[in-house]
Amino acid sequence: MTRRYISESSEWTFPLLERYDKAIADIAHNHFGLETYGNQIEVITAEQMMDAYSSVGMPLGYHHWSFGKHFVSTERNYRRGQMGLAYEIVINSDPCIAYLMEENTMTMQALVMAHACYGHNSFFKGNYLFQTWTSADAIIDYLLFARNYVAECEERYGVEEVELLLDSCHALMNYGVDRYKRPAPLSLQKERQRQHEREEYLQSQINELWRTIPRRETEIQEIEEHRYPAEPQENLLYFIEKNAPLLEPWQREIVRIVRKLAQYFYPQRQTQVMNEGWATFWHYTLLNELYDRGLVTDGFMIEVLQSHTNVVFQPTFDSPYYSGINPYALGFAMMTDIRRICEHPTEEDRYWFPDIAGQDWLKVMDFAMRNFKDESFIAQYLSPKVIRDLKLFAVLDDDTQRELEIAAIHDDNGYRYLRQSLADQYNLGSREPNIQVYNVDHRGDRSLTLLHTRYNRKPLAESAEEMLRHLRRLWGFKVRLECVDENGRMELLGECD
Amino acid sequence: MPQFIDRRLDGKNKSAVNRQRFIRRFKSQIKRAVNDAMVGRSIKNMDSGEKVNIPSRDLSEPVFSHGPGGRREIIHPGNTDFVTGDRIPRPKGGGGGGGSGQQASNAGEGEDDFVFELSREEFLELFFEDLELPNLVRTQLAKVPEYKMRRAGYTTDGMPSNINVIRSLKGALARRIALSAPYSQKLRRAEEDLRALLEEGAQEDDPRVLALRDEIRHLRSRIKAVPFIDTFDLRYNNRVKHPQPTTQAVMFCLMDVSGSMNQERKDLAKRFFTLLYLFLQRNYERIDVVFIRHHTVAKEVDEEEFFYSRETGGTVVSSALTMMRDIMRERYPISSWNIYAAQASDGDNWHTDSPNCRDILMSDIMPLVRYFAYIEITPDRHQNLWEAYMDVKEQNPHFAMEQIDGPGDIYPVFRELFKRRQAA
Repeated sequence: MTRRYISESSEWTFPLLERYDKAIADIAHNHFGLETYGNQIEVITAEQMMDAYSSVGMPLGYHHWSFGKHFVSTERNYRRGQMGLAYEIVINSDPCIAYLMEENTMTMQALVMAHACYGHNSFFKGNYLFQTWTSADAIIDYLLFARNYVAECEERYGVEEVELLLDSCHALMNYGVDRYKRPAPLSLQKERQRQHEREEYLQSQINELWRTIPRRETEIQEIEEHRYPAEPQENLLYFIEKNAPLLEPWQREIVRIVRKLAQYFYPQRQTQVMNEGWATFWHYTLLNELYDRGLVTDGFMIEVLQSHTNVVFQPTFDSPYYSGINPYALGFAMMTDIRRICEHPTEEDRYWFPDIAGQDWLKVMDFAMRNFKDESFIAQYLSPKVIRDLKLFAVLDDDTQRELEIAAIHDDNGYRYLRQSLADQYNLGSREPNIQVYNVDHRGDRSLTLLHTRYNRKPLAESAEEMLRHLRRLWGFKVRLECVDENGRMELLGECD
Repeated sequence: MPQFIDRRLDGKNKSAVNRQRFIRRFKSQIKRAVNDAMVGRSIKNMDSGEKVNIPSRDLSEPVFSHGPGGRREIIHPGNTDFVTGDRIPRPKGGGGGGGSGQQASNAGEGEDDFVFELSREEFLELFFEDLELPNLVRTQLAKVPEYKMRRAGYTTDGMPSNINVIRSLKGALARRIALSAPYSQKLRRAEEDLRALLEEGAQEDDPRVLALRDEIRHLRSRIKAVPFIDTFDLRYNNRVKHPQPTTQAVMFCLMDVSGSMNQERKDLAKRFFTLLYLFLQRNYERIDVVFIRHHTVAKEVDEEEFFYSRETGGTVVSSALTMMRDIMRERYPISSWNIYAAQASDGDNWHTDSPNCRDILMSDIMPLVRYFAYIEITPDRHQNLWEAYMDVKEQNPHFAMEQIDGPGDIYPVFRELFKRRQAA
């Protein structure tokens, strides 16, 4: 058999990158039927990678000290050798932008291309969350718009002013997303066009809400009966953008920018395990196929496997390296297991997954990739075999008990429990405190009341106090935080004038 | 087909602005850290950057999150011998409540200090901030005037490299319009006539038509003959020399290297001068430094010898002052130089020499210098030189004296001597 390796040296060149990409693309598209956006592959240096890191991978972001903070800490860790940089960063955009680091060997570049340009890329294109929440073709333009807008505001109103506003917005970023409503996709042109109208319209709306001109008797009664907002609002930033009485139009626009970015990153936060698992599964599968076709050398494959093994390494709970479940490990284990269930189902699989055991694995995985997020993906596909392989167990920590309890382990009685519990662990809704806008005293002191609905008796962290100050800055009037516990008892947690 | 882009040559300092913002925002904390760091630092590595510690709570970015407590369940991998229903004691530390005690709370960041490196530039920038040479006067110097090129509109001649394309082409366009205007006007009229004639039904071979056509051709060629650009159109960026008031300063560094200055004291003095030297080099482009070391005799030396030579002997402080006076007279006329001096000594002087020193200072030196800083390096009581200098100080506001006990004093004293004063 004649060998026709694409390359044998570990040095990469642009022509080689192209040849590898062609080979991988051929396998990904024609053999496995992955659908992807176009790829834009950018080769960058380590310093540039650190830059990209600190701006959360956004190729262009507005300026803010917190990015600088991330930058210096990344830089320090990297210099000290405590941390290798990620080999790649990939951006959910169309075309999908992937950064490759100059220092990588040819093998690593190929691995990264398979991982990012075909794995993540197809996930971005296929998964329903990304489809609904983000519009890949507009994000770069929007980032540019945001950057310029913020810069303009800094010129006009001062860096300090803008920075304080951004601080407060960043603090509330996780509360700047619509969890249930479907958003309108971003578009630069529409944004620009509407921005001006929006400013004027918004201001008039607010004026209406806060109007002090006396009303007729009947009118007053009508208003007093309604609580405002009529229903609790989960999107705090949105509520502030639309209703805060004292914000200037430009401030509303900045709140909106932060909110939009939060929304853009929301799917990524919800699909860590799936996204990484999917990409890892595909780099593994694609590169193995390359090897099977005789396109790469043994040395290439050994380097791939070594790196792959590092990525999916899961330290056990008692290891000094343990820091929670590695999303790469869990995701990869589950993806591989779905394929196994399809191809070589056991009795157990037929019982647990009657609908997918023995089916076409490509179709099953495609379906799984498109229609789930971490929480539901785990609830649906975490198999007893994966639970056994990872030796998962649940520890129950109840502050009314003196001791911790092992609630379930990887045995027949524990599978379902563990699956549910792990799924819940990835539910953003239960990971983050549930805080909503509850009331605005629009006839009185204009105070804003937030309501924290407690879940499993978990209290708010101390940072809540500082958060109130941030809210106060945005809202402009008194802000109160109340808490309702499982029995419906209300309690005032704090307020900030 | 994917697009490959080589971005390696693009700027790498995308985060520079963010980094600057970060440093600006936490300046007070960073400065505190810098000053702390200086105390323990040997002068040799003065030139490197510095690691800075900031307690991370000072720069936290808060979010709403769950605090410890309540009922929570965490899944861990790698079970070895737990079975369902096992009870295990809560790990110490009470933290976020993981089974392993490793699991951080949901809040993520721990309480470790936030550590990062300042570059040398940033470090010195912060360190020397608010420091300056007191009473510095900008003097217009007759001897070596310094010029700066400034833009001053446009001229009609100059070097080709200074051609201002936009101006020149604007001029050319205007000239073309102007020169061709009479022809264009005639041309328009001729064309109108021609059209009228043709509408009237005149034939192509009509002599009037032929004449008009001739004229039109002629006019067109005239218009075309107006040159697109002419030397007349050229405009050049004009730059003129502007005399620049300059600051010219000289710093006299006087160090006592007599036998009573033991190694430790000499070291302190050297550290002080190193700091001074670094400060001057960094903040003043044009500054002369004169190094004078003395024991019983004074000697002007170069930088290398000043800091590293080991020669020693008895003490006659006035020798250095005399030498300084002579050098000033010879090389640094007060009309064109700002003169500064810093003197370090242990205060131990040959006892009859101290009044001498005072006299030289009072009569010959203090009237000429802008600032004279004296540091006495001694943990003990002051000696006769200090007493003598007290007199000088009383009569001269631009004379400063401080005492240094140990390495910890150097930086505060240095700052004290050179801190920026409000409208002195």
